[in-house]
Amino acid sequence: MAQIKLSNLRHSYMPAPKGPEDYALKEIDVTWRDGGAYALLGPSGCGKSTLLNIISGLLTPSEGQILFDGQDVTALPPDQRNIAQVFQFPVIYDTMTVGENLAFPLKNRGVDPATIKRRVDEIAEMLDVTDMLSTRASGLSPDNKQKISMGRGLVRDDVNAVMFDEPLTVIDPHLKWKLRSKLKELHQRVQATMIYVTHDQTEALTFADEVVVMQEGEVVQIGTPVELFERPQHTFVGHFIGSPGMNVLPCEAKGDRAVFEGHEVMLEGPTHGDGGRTDLGIRPEYVGFGDTGIPAHVTKVSDIGRHYVVSAMVGNTALKAVTEHEVPEPGSEVFLQFKPEQSRVYRDGWIATEERAQ
Amino acid sequence: MRTENQKAWFFVLPVLALVAFNALVPMMTVVNYSVQETFGNNQFFWEGLGWFEQILRSDRFQAALGRQFLFTFLILLIEVPLGIIVALSMPRKGLWVPVCLVLMALPMLIPWNVVGSMWNIFTLPKIGLMGYFLNDVLGINYDMTQQPLSAWITIVVMDVWHWTSLVVLLCYAGLVSIPDAYYQAAKIDGASPWSVFRYIQLPKMKTVLTIAVLLRFMDSFNIYTEPFVLTGGGPGNSTTLLSIDLVKIALGQFDLGPAAAMSLIYFAITLLVSWVFYTLMTKDDAQ
Amino acid sequence: MIELQDATKRVGNVIHIKPTSLTLQTGHFNVLLGATGSGKTSLIKMMAGLDPIASGKVFMDGQDVTRLNTQKRQISLVHQFFVNYPHMTVFDNIASPLRVAGMAKSEIEGRVEEAADLLQLRPMLHRRPHELSGGQQQRTALARAIAKESRAVFLDEPLANLDYKLREELREQLPDLFAGRGAVVVYATSEPEEALLLGGYTALMEDGRVTQFGPTADIYRNPENLAAARVFSDPPINVARITVSGAQAQLAGGGGWTVPEMADGEYMVAVRPHRVTPTRTSDADVELTGRVIVTELSGSDSSAHFRHGADDWVSLAAGVHPYQVGEDHSFYMNPAHCRYFGQDGQRVA
Repeated sequence: MAQIKLSNLRHSYMPAPKGPEDYALKEIDVTWRDGGAYALLGPSGCGKSTLLNIISGLLTPSEGQILFDGQDVTALPPDQRNIAQVFQFPVIYDTMTVGENLAFPLKNRGVDPATIKRRVDEIAEMLDVTDMLSTRASGLSPDNKQKISMGRGLVRDDVNAVMFDEPLTVIDPHLKWKLRSKLKELHQRVQATMIYVTHDQTEALTFADEVVVMQEGEVVQIGTPVELFERPQHTFVGHFIGSPGMNVLPCEAKGDRAVFEGHEVMLEGPTHGDGGRTDLGIRPEYVGFGDTGIPAHVTKVSDIGRHYVVSAMVGNTALKAVTEHEVPEPGSEVFLQFKPEQSRVYRDGWIATEERAQ
Repeated sequence: MRTENQKAWFFVLPVLALVAFNALVPMMTVVNYSVQETFGNNQFFWEGLGWFEQILRSDRFQAALGRQFLFTFLILLIEVPLGIIVALSMPRKGLWVPVCLVLMALPMLIPWNVVGSMWNIFTLPKIGLMGYFLNDVLGINYDMTQQPLSAWITIVVMDVWHWTSLVVLLCYAGLVSIPDAYYQAAKIDGASPWSVFRYIQLPKMKTVLTIAVLLRFMDSFNIYTEPFVLTGGGPGNSTTLLSIDLVKIALGQFDLGPAAAMSLIYFAITLLVSWVFYTLMTKDDAQ
Repeated sequence: MIELQDATKRVGNVIHIKPTSLTLQTGHFNVLLGATGSGKTSLIKMMAGLDPIASGKVFMDGQDVTRLNTQKRQISLVHQFFVNYPHMTVFDNIASPLRVAGMAKSEIEGRVEEAADLLQLRPMLHRRPHELSGGQQQRTALARAIAKESRAVFLDEPLANLDYKLREELREQLPDLFAGRGAVVVYATSEPEEALLLGGYTALMEDGRVTQFGPTADIYRNPENLAAARVFSDPPINVARITVSGAQAQLAGGGGWTVPEMADGEYMVAVRPHRVTPTRTSDADVELTGRVIVTELSGSDSSAHFRHGADDWVSLAAGVHPYQVGEDHSFYMNPAHCRYFGQDGQRVA
């Protein structure tokens, strides 16, 4: 396993990129610690797959370096980087058995048969596929096939990192949970550096110790799941993470208060900077109901089992609140209360309030 | 409302009639001939299975059948691996793809008798470009009108030239359908080019390869026009394949009974070998 | 209204849909929820007339349409994969069924524009499908279904191939888009959360049959059998064996509580992960102690997989909870949220 450092990486698919808009990947500088679980999160086309291919060596970056434990591997081909990768669609060698599939990466590297057997048995036990070892891999269900693909990545103990490219796309929801937990368990057991690429926030947040949120080739925020949820640095992160995402409400900033639809809202701290477009960001989880507060008209209440999602209008602005207990009636008039320590102003998308000293 | 779903049958009916007309009727006629003896004047005498026995025992038939098998064996032995190699070396992306595809398709667009005539002229000693080159430039004694070996080489090379493209195109279609992820995974797993071929490309090509082998078997086993135009079965009987012999018996000697029996045997062999091929090649999938 | 009466479907000798009776009302949003291969698509194809029915009958608005072909059923269908005419503009794509129906030009224009506005496609009306993103392509397919006057609209996992956030947005709009259009809406999905967000009515499907049908939230709260409880739970519901004796339940791994009236014997208890919390929420809570195997932290929620006796349990709670993998933690379950099932899987309390 290795520490992975991406140093001033940039990539363009064009031969002679002119401006920043020609880059599929703009300026990335990040260090991932040995044995950590990381996720690259963003919508389609945000550059996360490009970044993944650069790390695995399937793509050479236009600029910058990739360092494994301080050693420059930018020019090395994939097989010399000691990287394992699991793809969106399970890649299975159809003519081989499950056991042969798992042994394949070791066999290609001339590992002795006794070690191969030991490693394959170990991995099969971890993945709960021991009883399938001698069955032909082509007849398996998609989730088992994907397990085997993962197993091929984990079977080598000399890999620098294991990468996952949206590995749960073809898996049914109830199996998704199981496979995701399995993956988490595997990580907690083998302590390999793992990098997980996805557009699904739940997958990214539950898997990773640290998530890199990307948009249009740029890193918007790097943080732990709690940091991303509790204090998004950009409205995009606020909206993208969380379901439903953060409410982004046009407002005016006035010191440590925001004026939203004519109502004053206390913020977490004073606002800095000036000019630009200002929005008030607050997560639905932190919008409560009370006897006083901002008057709102409830338009819709969705019962989603665990809690209720309330859609409401304040003046001409729509927002959402999540509640477990006090559920208003659709069509009723209510008062909303915003938690001050979770209310922030964003200027041109970027956070513009200071955390009040604790 | 029930009739609506039945309407479709009216559209299928002409096809059924056509199939009955061009397959079943002639087939029954052949069966009819094969068990009778005729001396013309529409006089027929019952012969039973006599013709079949006579044909199967005859040296002439056995020799022609042997030549036919040899020809097909050589064709499959050369065209299938060659087709796979060419397909593997064709570009999978870019500007050259359509160019290669068109070049590959060209030989197949030429009518069969033209192919025969072309190769005939091409290989004639003194006159043909190839014949001249081999004899007068390289000093190789080559004459397909006189030497059986030369004749054999010529008909095999001609068929390879004409039909390898079919194998190439089918294999190519199988190859381009393999997702990139497979190649990337193989790179990461450290697989050698041979392993990539053995465990990814070959298994993914298997379905189309089965079709290619079957088509090439049936076509080469039933081949007639090209060798007939090229060598006429000669020199001597050296390239008289089963199909050529059949025509000689039926139209040359007008022995309708034996010719009919021979046709049926011929048909039965083609069917049987095709079935064996198909069963062998699809055996693994059933498991 | 669509009504299935003991309808079955078979392919060769394999039965794909077992005898199914189901009545779906006009104006309702109906969700078919089940895992891949449970028969959702088969059922939709039967109702749409794309697949023949082996036995039984299908009625639309009281009319027997069992043998009526698809073209005459006045229906729309949106697939998981983006199906548009590649050579036509977005406008022509939306207009095509209206043209086929022989509608007047001015009316076509009005309807297409209305549908385009609903789905925010107006700026793209003159582009072709390949110039659009996946979300826009699927919106075009949805707009075509909306513009067409249909008695039934079938949506077969229409959002499955879209990005998570895009899915969230479209999912929210869908029920409103079809509301008041006088059509039966049938929406197939494999995601329990999606069914809950869409609301309306849900038919749970398992192994070629509808196991339960009713208002979505009711089905979620009151599954009739264990299979239904399992299908309609994301994350998967906790299920454990209990022994009941004298109205007292006992878990094999320790922990007991008073249960509603039921005969003594062995039962299965099912409780959703978010009802198993790391902190006590009421005096009635039952304490379960178990070794934590895996933990997941999603920013807003923490989940812990723990082993209690021979059973694996999952707890899901809002906020951040510091679990230590490999150590024992206490979890609390309120018996009010437990559902009980007999050995045959049928609900007993």
